[in-house]
Amino acid sequence: MTETSLTEIWVYLAASPLLWLTATLLCYLLADRLYRLAGANPLLNPVAVAVALLIGILIVTDTPYGVYFDGAQFVHFLLGPATVALAIPLYRQRARLATLALPIGLALLAGVLTASLSAIALAAWLGADVATQVSLAPKSVTAPVAMGISEKLGGIPSLTAVLVVSTGIVGAVLGTGVLRLLRIRDDAVRGIAMGATSHGIGTARAFQVSPAMGAFSGLAMALSAFLTALLLPSLLDWLGLVGH
Amino acid sequence: MLHALTLILVCQLAGETTVLLTGLPVPGPVLGMLLLLAWLVLRGGIPQDVGRTADTLLAHLSLLFVPAGVGVMLHWERIQGQWPAILAALLLGTLITLAVTALTMLGVVRLLAVGARRWGTRRHD
Repeated sequence: MTETSLTEIWVYLAASPLLWLTATLLCYLLADRLYRLAGANPLLNPVAVAVALLIGILIVTDTPYGVYFDGAQFVHFLLGPATVALAIPLYRQRARLATLALPIGLALLAGVLTASLSAIALAAWLGADVATQVSLAPKSVTAPVAMGISEKLGGIPSLTAVLVVSTGIVGAVLGTGVLRLLRIRDDAVRGIAMGATSHGIGTARAFQVSPAMGAFSGLAMALSAFLTALLLPSLLDWLGLVGH
Repeated sequence: MLHALTLILVCQLAGETTVLLTGLPVPGPVLGMLLLLAWLVLRGGIPQDVGRTADTLLAHLSLLFVPAGVGVMLHWERIQGQWPAILAALLLGTLITLAVTALTMLGVVRLLAVGARRWGTRRHD
């Protein structure tokens, strides 16, 4: 094949969403294979590895993020339906849910306030500007919800999305170890902590530990998104971070 | 599969529309999840294809976060300028939140158990 025809094929493919949609799926499958080969070692988090692979490819091919996202948006879109689908594991756990309503409610309230306040306090103390602080505040909430909150309160939605994914990866990598150090073995408690802290990426990790931990993590992810959307506007207003 | 996917999308659409119409501070997909849950409770069970479709979507939950993660490319400059603050908030903030959430839940479960035991012995007296 000659140089020109290769370039022509590249120009054609790079202009259609097919290329970057397929690249996203291939990189993820490769990352997932590596993760499984390493015995589900949380250090080789598949999201982190897939993101690193894709960034490498985009830099080498000099492709801007906007062009990449034209293809990847079809995957990104499914975050919404996946959030709705959490109703199914929730329904399966309804019996335990009813008996644990009060501990779960209080734990999530504490978790949501801690997630936002600790992020804002640490970032402010180390000199981050207000836009970064506001973008960090909803970082424990699942991506579509966090981006909406960030936009409404004067943050940078695309930065929030990155911080949300990073928080998810940190929780998925370190979460099970931290909970083991705290000597917590109950799947309900572990799942609630994982989902409130690390939303969908933590929930994906929790499902690998056990279906019950995954269900509680999914519940925590859904309810803490709800609570954060409800509480964060007043919290940031009270801290004087809105309207800068 | 098609019926189940449509049901999930209808719930999300109903959730998003309700949020737009009422100005509720709750995100659309979360409201959609509550609608689907209400439907399952009313129906008294999970239809097989709905269960299977939801399980398929959730089995690959991590994949769905990849496009947003690649967006880090857009923010190199801001991250370079403020990386100690961002790193501390990500690492320490996440560890603190995990511990506080887990210990709060464990604490309340134990308090309730102690309360129930006291209440039980008092009734036996």
